[in-house]
Amino acid sequence: MLEDHARLMAFFEQAQEVVGRKRLQKMVYILKKCGFDFSERYSFHFYGPYSEELSTRIEELCNLGFLDEAKEKEKGYYQYRYHLTDRGAGFLSESGVTTPNMDAVIQKMDEQSSKFLELVSTMLYFDNFSKEEIEDKVRTVKSQQNYTEADFEEAWRFINDMKH
Amino acid sequence: MAYRDEKLHEEKVFKDPVHRYIHVRDRVIWDLIGTPEFQRLRRIKQLGTTYLTFHGAEHSRFNHSLGVYEIVRRIIENFRDQPFWDDDERILCLCAALLHDLGHGPFSHSFEKVFDLDHEDFTRAIILGDTKVNEILRRVDENFPQDVADVIHKTYSNKLVVSLISSQIDADRMDYLQRDAYFTGVSYGHFDMERILRVMRPMEDQMVIKESGMHAVEDYIMSRYQMYWQVYFHPVTRSAEVILSKILHRAKELYMANEYEFKLKPTHFESFFLKEVSLEDYLKLDENVVFYYFHIWKEEEDAILSDLCRRFVDRDLFKYIEFDPGNQYRELMDLKECFNEAGVDPIYYLEVDSSSDLPYDFYRPGEEEERLPIHLQLPTGELKELSRQSDIVESISGKKRTDHKLYFAKDLIEQLPEESDIKKRIYEILKG
Repeated sequence: MLEDHARLMAFFEQAQEVVGRKRLQKMVYILKKCGFDFSERYSFHFYGPYSEELSTRIEELCNLGFLDEAKEKEKGYYQYRYHLTDRGAGFLSESGVTTPNMDAVIQKMDEQSSKFLELVSTMLYFDNFSKEEIEDKVRTVKSQQNYTEADFEEAWRFINDMKH
Repeated sequence: MAYRDEKLHEEKVFKDPVHRYIHVRDRVIWDLIGTPEFQRLRRIKQLGTTYLTFHGAEHSRFNHSLGVYEIVRRIIENFRDQPFWDDDERILCLCAALLHDLGHGPFSHSFEKVFDLDHEDFTRAIILGDTKVNEILRRVDENFPQDVADVIHKTYSNKLVVSLISSQIDADRMDYLQRDAYFTGVSYGHFDMERILRVMRPMEDQMVIKESGMHAVEDYIMSRYQMYWQVYFHPVTRSAEVILSKILHRAKELYMANEYEFKLKPTHFESFFLKEVSLEDYLKLDENVVFYYFHIWKEEEDAILSDLCRRFVDRDLFKYIEFDPGNQYRELMDLKECFNEAGVDPIYYLEVDSSSDLPYDFYRPGEEEERLPIHLQLPTGELKELSRQSDIVESISGKKRTDHKLYFAKDLIEQLPEESDIKKRIYEILKG
């Protein structure tokens, strides 16, 4: 019961702070692709893999007082900053849900921009294709991003690092 | 004449309670409707267990798929000769609209959760696999099945085409809102679709709405909001979903333990339990088959499985109370212990159900580029996101209402001896 909520809270506990909803979506997707057990289902949207279930669950965690969401104005747009509250930490410790250590992957993602995580998560979305097909597909669905060869190379390196 | 352009000698029409008539003139559409994979959708209800709450909600994914096709057909009629619209994409749009839900299984929501499946994967598998649908699509062009799958998967290169079937104001949502409102008999869920279709304009990457049509779109957004809380997330329907999931879990547990002799072996479920579901297995399991098992399993030796099946078939559902996990999670732990002590297995007879357990999308204004929002086109040609122009939409796009309920088998608690301490304790916790 509420195990899915607890698993997300464990993510926030280990990440300490997540800035940006888009970034949050991509981080959880990448962790899922690394084999971490998140139940939120993703499908492809205009900006890459996106989970409506994750968005709703985050809203629930905020409404329950388990997660703090701060809205900040940033260069003409709003962004959201999340961290686990004491009440959330209390629930998590009593939930009995055991979660694996995600620190290493979270740290690697923290070093990257949201745009880069968007590229990586989109590549992972097509991971049943060959390397060339994945790059073609990403260029097709994200033609406006104008990703360069160097971007792809860096993304491949990142994916290989994460999976090993 | 190429198969892609082939027309029927005379137009076929389906009578439809929502759109009055569904018009079919293209040979490929008519042939797709006749395939066993598409006909199977007649045996999958659009709203799963909702018929246990709203008795009229017996409509199928077949009805809905035809409805989405019809709406896209009408949109394309309006788009003809408009800038950004390429009429070569017409037949692709119609096929994708018709087939967009092809991979839904019986009681999709519960099945997908319990067995970790995704109907979108099966839609793709049916379109690209060894099926009649694939055979027909390949007659159009060898690459055509892949194009149809890409549109449904939202990864097709022409995003305008994708947005007709999947965006925050698309043919899928416009059909299911009206259809679900009609069949459930509720008075909300209605909006002026004809008006919306008239004010839709194709753009390079998306459909936009002429600013003068804003109020019709407001109505559509409000319909979504009300249908969610009044129909889709109805607590009685959720209770039936909880029991359905428990049945599947129990049957799987018994099967996997390999110690229980089923009176009726779960042959059609085996590959689901073993996570080895082939397309053939998947297509064989429709709601008629599931119901047959549940009926027979009412007579099983296993008391939990037979009881849960009886509850589902005879509509003897779990009761519920409002539950606030933020303040009551310790009580939940206590309650689990009490249920165990009373000999009522909390794994099967106690459940917290949250609004996030139901896949439904509220309107999102696209802050931080999570999802593409609905754009209004101002007389100057400038595009503005809907909630920035509409106070009504802004008011329901902010802080979201969420909801949690605790479901339990009240009758089993009532059967405990009147003076037992454990019964009193359970009632104390439940009454808060």
